[in-house]
Amino acid sequence: MELNQTTIHELQEKIRTGETTSVEIVQAVFNRIDAVEGVVHAYIALMRDSALEEAKRADLNIREGKIRALTGIPVALKDIFCTRGFRTTCGSRILYNYVPPYDATVVEKLRESGAVFVGKTNMDEFAMGSSTETSFFGITRNPWDLERIPGGSSGGSAAAVAADECIASLGSDTGGSIRQPAALCGVVGMKPTYGRVSRFGLIAFASSLDQIGPFTRDVEDCAIMMNVIAGYDPKESTSVPIEVPDYREYLSRGIEGWTVGIPKEYFIEGIDPEVLTAVQNTIKVIEESGGRCIEISLPHTEYCLAVYYIVAPAEASSNLARYDGVKYGFRSGAGNVQDLLTMYKKTRSESFGAEVKRRIMLGTYVLSSGYYDAYYKKASKVRALIKRDFDEAFKLCDVIVTPASPTPAFKIGEKTDDPLQMYLSDIFTISANLAGIPGISVPCGFTRSGLPLGVQFLSGPFEEGKLIQIAAAYEKNAKIERRRPNL
Amino acid sequence: MEYETVIGLEVHAQLLTQSKVFCGCSTKFGAAPNSNTCPICLGMPGVLPVLNKKVVEYAMKMGLATHCRINRGCSFARKNYFYPDLPKGYQISQYADPLAEHGYVEIDINGGKKTIGITRIHMEEDAGKLLHDEHNSYVDLNRTGVPLIEIVSEPDIRGAEEAAAYLKGLHEILVYLEICDGNMEEGSFRCDANVSIRPKGDKGFGTRTELKNMNSFRNVQRALEYEIKRQQYILEGGGEVLQETRLWDDGQGVTHSMRGKEDAHDYRYFPDPDLVPVVISDDWIEEVRKGFPELPMEKRERFIRDYQIPAYDAGVLTSSRALADYYEEVARLSGKPKIAGNWVMGDVLKLLNEEKRDVKTCSILPASLAEMIRLIEAGTISGKMAKEVIEEMYRTGKPPKAIIEEKGMVQITDEGELTEIITRVIEANPTQAAQYREGKEKVFGFFVGQVMKATQGKANPRLINDLLKRRLSE
Ligand SMILES: [Zn+2]
Repeated sequence: MELNQTTIHELQEKIRTGETTSVEIVQAVFNRIDAVEGVVHAYIALMRDSALEEAKRADLNIREGKIRALTGIPVALKDIFCTRGFRTTCGSRILYNYVPPYDATVVEKLRESGAVFVGKTNMDEFAMGSSTETSFFGITRNPWDLERIPGGSSGGSAAAVAADECIASLGSDTGGSIRQPAALCGVVGMKPTYGRVSRFGLIAFASSLDQIGPFTRDVEDCAIMMNVIAGYDPKESTSVPIEVPDYREYLSRGIEGWTVGIPKEYFIEGIDPEVLTAVQNTIKVIEESGGRCIEISLPHTEYCLAVYYIVAPAEASSNLARYDGVKYGFRSGAGNVQDLLTMYKKTRSESFGAEVKRRIMLGTYVLSSGYYDAYYKKASKVRALIKRDFDEAFKLCDVIVTPASPTPAFKIGEKTDDPLQMYLSDIFTISANLAGIPGISVPCGFTRSGLPLGVQFLSGPFEEGKLIQIAAAYEKNAKIERRRPNL
Repeated sequence: MEYETVIGLEVHAQLLTQSKVFCGCSTKFGAAPNSNTCPICLGMPGVLPVLNKKVVEYAMKMGLATHCRINRGCSFARKNYFYPDLPKGYQISQYADPLAEHGYVEIDINGGKKTIGITRIHMEEDAGKLLHDEHNSYVDLNRTGVPLIEIVSEPDIRGAEEAAAYLKGLHEILVYLEICDGNMEEGSFRCDANVSIRPKGDKGFGTRTELKNMNSFRNVQRALEYEIKRQQYILEGGGEVLQETRLWDDGQGVTHSMRGKEDAHDYRYFPDPDLVPVVISDDWIEEVRKGFPELPMEKRERFIRDYQIPAYDAGVLTSSRALADYYEEVARLSGKPKIAGNWVMGDVLKLLNEEKRDVKTCSILPASLAEMIRLIEAGTISGKMAKEVIEEMYRTGKPPKAIIEEKGMVQITDEGELTEIITRVIEANPTQAAQYREGKEKVFGFFVGQVMKATQGKANPRLINDLLKRRLSE
């Protein structure tokens, strides 16, 4: 197995024993990038020079015995995380030249843990999308089938791991943007509890829903990444000051005696039959692993999509107001402005894509006076009910199992003209963001045509350990074939 | 027709915290443009606000001082609008759940008291400012994120004079609490007014205009007076007042339209998802209350009661906390509160005002002034001499005894010496002496003057009186 196809924990072992070096790993990663990036286009920008510098430094540290959680491991960052001194675009023309003067907290944490940054991965513009087709910098292709989308909005981060163009990566998940592309690319993706990982330096899409999480090749790597990024951050008010356990400790505990809930509302019409079969197989594996599966109900599920498409655009319309051409980024007719209003209008018209504009308009509408009560306020109330559904459900079961995506990866362009069809891609993942609970997507097999599928586990808030526990048990007992995309 | 004015005021006060409300930047006024900024107050992508606890405490102080209910949970909202001095495209403010509500302030008006209701007090961040030259506009974001409280009154104010009294009342409280420097020119204390008029006796409200850009108490009063007259004139002419925002033009002494109702903003308020609700415990309120100073109104009443000074004097002496403290110290050390009041209000304030200085920097120490009062009481110096002494004290900061000694200003209290002088004066003015003896009492004053002149003002006036009377009646 090539170094760039290996897991973090395997590489850590190789590094520790001197079997390989960070420089070798990083070189393997960039060799792979040189070979496949032309067709996959997982990255917006590469950090080739600094990565080699960091790898050399890591090797020096290793020789001195100074090994931290991710020393020398090549990691990719969704281009939504601010990186000091390095262009951060959020997939948008309006930030095409923006260089932040500071690091996001997660970037800082990865840096401190010794990770080597490979580059900034492609994404739907401002994380709005389920296919990574709305990026100003072009689309990313699914490594398993280049005619298909990798999922979104963190499609670049998922594809980079799946195509062996990095070892692990970070994404952000507002309505499923980690779990859905993880499923469609055949990797592990976790969205932690809201407040578990600091959002400081994450370019906001919908602040009350956004959460940062890892993409990895297996569950153990997910635990390693979570150990690094989780924790209270005084720079963020919604960050929660509670202790972070060592997630690796949950890996081998098994799920003997657990109750696993299967929400009946999630097995709807329109769900792909192969997805359904895969989830049914998952249930079998869980039962063989000592878990007891019961049917549960999340009665407000049918409102999730509607609530999400009020709350998320509302917050986005406000969060994106700062991109006005005054201070940084793109400005229409720079230095040649007739009047202020024209400058605002032209700048925003010329530099936001269609999906972003659609959501800004939607958000502006639902917040405007006379409509606030009917939309935003009502949505907030229903959101509370959705959260309560989960509270009630977790009184009955330890974790919940659902499909991660209603279909395998779809064809590029297939849904771009039909936003509602596109929005349905996140139907199984959105509820966790509305409720603030954590979720993990784990590979659960392949379609007959060879496309990866994923299953989702959900738990109560701050119970990421439980998710690692069941995901690891499932991964071990399901023995899903470890294939590689044919690139 | 007789009209009644209805005014509601929105006052913005800048809180005197060291750092901004959602980041650690300095709030100092007058720094080089954009030097007091960081990614957070610049609203850069990805940054998040963290609330400065001091801001809540300061705002709570104002809430308690104005008898408001402090809400145990309050939250922040976003007020969305586009402007180059607003880097995030929204201002973080409070909307649905403000910090404090339902309070009041008492004002003195026409010799009586009146209560003006306070609807709410909420916290918010300030915006930056634009600087323009002939060709370009520049943005200075130093002020962005500086903490403000907005104090919104009920429409209880019935005229320009009441509005001014209410504003002065708020100003005084803010400064007393030491949570705002009250500087109107620098914009630390500013006010917008909602003005309407209605036929006297009506219960409903007339169409209101909003007045902005009034940056002194005098401006506020003038602008309101003008606007009330303008509205009256329109109504009397059978016209209709338009709901609009009007700017006060100080130079012209008029208000003019800034924007109409049609282009009024829809701010699209919604709860700020980046900030968690502020939970305020009873303990926290108690803690804030503990550090509370005596407020101007209470102080005024106590001064009248305890020091037996007229209401007017009490008003002047409590116009600032520092002045009141100064006065109290002089009153206590001298044991003569009424006389102390006269000296402080008269000479001390006159000297300070001449140089526009604050009592905090006054070089006459309260102890020195008290000592001077005692020296007058003891007859060591005359009141007239004291006027000279106090000026010297102000100039040099020396204690009165040193000045008196240096200048040889000691009063002549030696009876023998004074008798000799008086005898000489009477002998030199026989005509007047005869007149006095014939019953012309007015001439007595002439003799006092002559003696004073002969002693260069150093004679003790009481002693002069006694001795003169005795000698003249001999
Ligand atoms: Zn700042």
